[in-house]
Parts: sequence; C-alpha cells; structure tokens
Amino acid sequence: MADLAFSKESSEFKKGIQAGISIGIGYFPIALTFGLLAKTSGLSLYETVLMSLIVFAGASQYISLSLIAYGTGIFEIILTTFIVNIRHFLMSTSLNEKVEEDHLLNKLIYSFGITDETFSVVATKEGPAATGFLFGVISVSYSSWVVFSGLGHLIGANLPQTLQESMGVALYAMFIGLLVPSMKKSIKVVFLAVLGAIFNSIFTIGNLMAQGWAIVSATLLSAIIIESVEVIKRNRSVRHEN
Amino acid sequence: MKTEIVWMILGMGLVTYIPRMMPFVLFKGKELPPFIQGVLKNVPYATLGALIFPAIIFIQKDDIWYGVLGAAAAFIAAFLGANVILVVLGSIAVLSIYSYLM
Repeated sequence: MADLAFSKESSEFKKGIQAGISIGIGYFPIALTFGLLAKTSGLSLYETVLMSLIVFAGASQYISLSLIAYGTGIFEIILTTFIVNIRHFLMSTSLNEKVEEDHLLNKLIYSFGITDETFSVVATKEGPAATGFLFGVISVSYSSWVVFSGLGHLIGANLPQTLQESMGVALYAMFIGLLVPSMKKSIKVVFLAVLGAIFNSIFTIGNLMAQGWAIVSATLLSAIIIESVEVIKRNRSVRHEN
Repeated sequence: MKTEIVWMILGMGLVTYIPRMMPFVLFKGKELPPFIQGVLKNVPYATLGALIFPAIIFIQKDDIWYGVLGAAAAFIAAFLGANVILVVLGSIAVLSIYSYLM
C-alpha cells in the first residue's frame, strides 16, 4: 500500500514537472535579465541569487532593483513588495479550494512557490490538484528562476536582442495556452477572462492604481459580477419552473 | 554581502510569503459560503485575462503590433488545440521571424 501511494505521488510529481516546463522556458529570459540588471544595480552574485531564492517573485524583484537605484529606503522597498505581491493572497485562497487534503506542513511548503505562473498552471488543471503535482510544477519553475538569475549575473550579458525580445512573449503565450482550452468549453470562462482583461486595462492604462492592486481588483470585480449574474439567472429559471 | 541588502531581501521574502501562505492556514477549503466558493472558482480565468491584457500589447514599447502579433499567434495555436509548450515555442518563433524581417 505504501508503495502504491508512493508511486502515485511520484507520477503526479512527474506530471507536475511536465506541466511546469513552459514556466521554466518562460522564466529563462526574465531571470537572465534580472541577474544582469541586479549586477548593474550593484548587487553581488550572492545577493542576487539570495533574492531569487528567498523572494521568488519576478515583478517585485525587478521593482526593488529600480528602487535601489533611486536610493529608496529599505522599509519602502519592502512595503512596495508587499503591495505588488498581495494578489497572491487571492490566488492561494482560490487554490486552497482545489488542492487535495494534506498536512498543513506540505501546504506551508508549496505555498512558498505560488506565483502568477505556477498558480495558472495548477488552477487550470482538470480535477483536484495533488500535492505531488504542485511540487513538480514549482520545482521546475523555482530552479529555472534561481539558476538563470545567477547565470545572468555571472555572464553579465543578455541573449541576442531579437531572441531576447521574442522570448518576452513566452509567459503571456503560456497564459493564453492555459486559458483558451477552457474558453472553448465554457462561455462563462470567456466572459470572466474578457471582463478581467477590460477592467485591468482600464485600471493600468488609466493609471488608476498600482499594478498589484489593479490585478486584484480586476479579478475580483470580474469574478463577482459573473457569479452574481449566474446566481440571478439560476434563481430566475427556478422561478419559471415553479 | 551587505547586511542592509540581506535585511531587505529577508523582509521582501517575508511579506511575499505571508499572503501566499495565509489562506492555507485560515481556511480549510470547502467551508466557505457557496457564493464565495463560486467566486473563487472564477478567479483563475479572470486572473488570466488580467495577466494577459494589457501587458502583452506592450511587450515591445515602441511597436504595439509586435505584441498584437504575438498574442494572435498564441491564440490561434491554442485554439487549434496545440499544447501549452507548442503555443509558447510557436509564438516565440513567429515573433523571431517578424523581427528578422523588419
């Protein structure tokens, strides 16, 4: 029995690694550039790798570099990081409904690895998500992020410019690749994504709020509006049947 | 390593980890009211929409068509049923060809 459970976990882990490969590819150019920029901002190799190891959140790591360059104080940098990353609270709350029951300790470990990208891969997977699957997705993503941050600092150079630019599309293409199959199956998903996109565009292009809040607000607005519409429709059809 | 930078990194790590971890401690899952559970099930798709737009349009700041082309390539590949890795590699390839030709 123990053997059986073990082999189930290890095959879930393998599936997670496979599902995480596109994140690994997508992180490659961003992590490389982060390493390079960290070097030009005056961080040492160890500091650069330490930041990727401990923070593991792309956008806020980039922002911290520009704040360091501005000479911003530590407290403000940490506060900005908090605001930029608060959206993960929403993502974890949503994932918490999808993951299989497990020891809190496992959840405390894998929750460290929840990024926009790992969240998207796990959340769009069909059926409940096994702990092994989460660990698989996260280990590919985390290794790619940490190793290539260090490499970017070490070699101190970018990829050839055209490749660097075209690889910039990778993570967005991955989001699209994850979203479209569900859009084809359900019109509700289409409405959710389109509304989320519209709200976020209004908030960011209109400069109405910081990036972290824009994504949280756009997501919540879209998710609540669509859910309310569905509840109203459901109640109405129940009334019609009566 | 400069101590100041190390403290900054530790602080950044802490404030990033807390929002990631708290929901797993606060909620057991499946105990929230049905409406909230419905909203939470909607979150991934709404988030994906918001993560893609408008950022993808601006991956090349001085050429909006670059992002539009990348988005279109990814949408078409995904719509035709390509798996995620193919969608990623395909749109990188399309944009590489585009910048080679420009």
